[in-house]
Amino acid sequence: MNDQENAQERKMLNRQLAQMLKGGVIMDVTTPDQARIAQEAGACAVMALERIPADIRAAGGVSRMSDPKMIKEIQEAVSIPVMAKCRIGHFVEAQVLEAIDIDYVDESEVLSPADDTYHIDKTNFRVPFVCGARDLGEALRRIEEGASMIRTKGEPGTGDVIQAVRHLRKINAQIARIVSLREDELFEEAKQLQAPFDLVRSVHDNARLPVVNFAAGGIATPADAALMMQLGAEGVFVGSGIFKSGNPAQRAQAIVKAVTNFQDASLVAQLSENLGEAMVGINEAEIDLLMAERGK
Amino acid sequence: MTSEGLQPVIAVLAVQGAFIEHEKRLERLGCTCIELRQASDLSQRFDGLVLPGGESTVQGKLIEELGMIDRLRAIIQRGVPVLATCAGLILLSEQVVNNGDSAGDSGSASASDSDSGDYPRLATLPVTVRRNAYGRQLGSFHTRADLLEQGQIPMTFIRAPYVEQVGEGVEILAQVDGHIVAVRYGAQIAVSFHPELDASDVVHKLFLDEVMCYRERSSNLPLT
Repeated sequence: MNDQENAQERKMLNRQLAQMLKGGVIMDVTTPDQARIAQEAGACAVMALERIPADIRAAGGVSRMSDPKMIKEIQEAVSIPVMAKCRIGHFVEAQVLEAIDIDYVDESEVLSPADDTYHIDKTNFRVPFVCGARDLGEALRRIEEGASMIRTKGEPGTGDVIQAVRHLRKINAQIARIVSLREDELFEEAKQLQAPFDLVRSVHDNARLPVVNFAAGGIATPADAALMMQLGAEGVFVGSGIFKSGNPAQRAQAIVKAVTNFQDASLVAQLSENLGEAMVGINEAEIDLLMAERGK
Repeated sequence: MTSEGLQPVIAVLAVQGAFIEHEKRLERLGCTCIELRQASDLSQRFDGLVLPGGESTVQGKLIEELGMIDRLRAIIQRGVPVLATCAGLILLSEQVVNNGDSAGDSGSASASDSDSGDYPRLATLPVTVRRNAYGRQLGSFHTRADLLEQGQIPMTFIRAPYVEQVGEGVEILAQVDGHIVAVRYGAQIAVSFHPELDASDVVHKLFLDEVMCYRERSSNLPLT
């Protein structure tokens, strides 16, 4: 708009947008109406997609970026940020999403990967990216590629929170370990993690990831959301958990409040009352396709 | 150095958004911070209030549903100094308009969903604010501009609003490209950028000056 911006400045602006989302809930929506319900319920952003993960899982087949027209209709329906997913490694889908002025691109394992070796070089984009990670090495690789925000991979579309818990605990444990290391041990640690040394040092010095870290995958109840927050997530994504449940608006509101007051058990208890049917979950062990295994 | 009682106590609205960034800055400047997450937190004594960046629709809804909005409004009207940034500015403003479609969305219908008025706000600052005035994230930017006589300071705008109209008694503190981005009205300071994300302490110090004045003014009054 005014001055020519440099890449460093854009990188900071993109990380800073994620900071504004902290303490919030990002909800999957498939229609402008759902987007409005999500915003009404207190979503801090929406993820626009044609099918929510539970349906993607049920339908099978190749799953791709959503129709840009449908994304634009959602952009028009709400004032909060709108995110959308592209396939892992599909940089042209990302270019398309940038062209329609999306607020955040999720390079997502929920869609069918387009590339089994390379992720998108996200430093080539002005638009920010969020990427999934199961462990610290994966998170730091994504950040080096230009991701401005990290989320756990969880196991999308299952309503089973076990993987999100596993990923978040793992990342936290690995951060704690790096903080405890001597400086001269960081080189070997970077090698082990297959992560860039500078980012490993940044974790050592700051005791946290250099970008915001949300929880995602299988979060279906206010208690699930509060669990992830107590484990150190800075906010949560809720995918199928809301619009696959009996009373989406009420459940969405309850999850938003549980994230704000995640340490107040009596409030979480109150919020959990009378929410109706939660989404029918699938246990991790019953699944044929582990989406979290896509992309390393 | 100073005893606990002499440090200003600043309450930071912590229902959603970038409140930790404000807390870190204020603590570095010698304040004690408390977080406001639910109505019971408002019973604590504090000398100033910070409304942080985040999503204004979420924050507005939460302060209403968690039973905080009327008491917060009363606290501000009683003269407790406020620093509001970005979403905080929207929460304070009396009027909000939504941005129309940005140029990139040509061809599609204009954004007629006027959701702007429906979300609860404190509405203690007589200004009209344009939400998402610079468009979506690709319109976010960093610049430097003058703030009062303090000279140039860094300013980071993230999906930011700006002030379109000011009511009587509202002092304009800064403008960028002809748009008002910082105002003061009594002890309420509101900016559309994020001083908590940049190195300059100017805006926080301006707020703490108000806090010190308020403490002096109210030192003879019984505290509630």
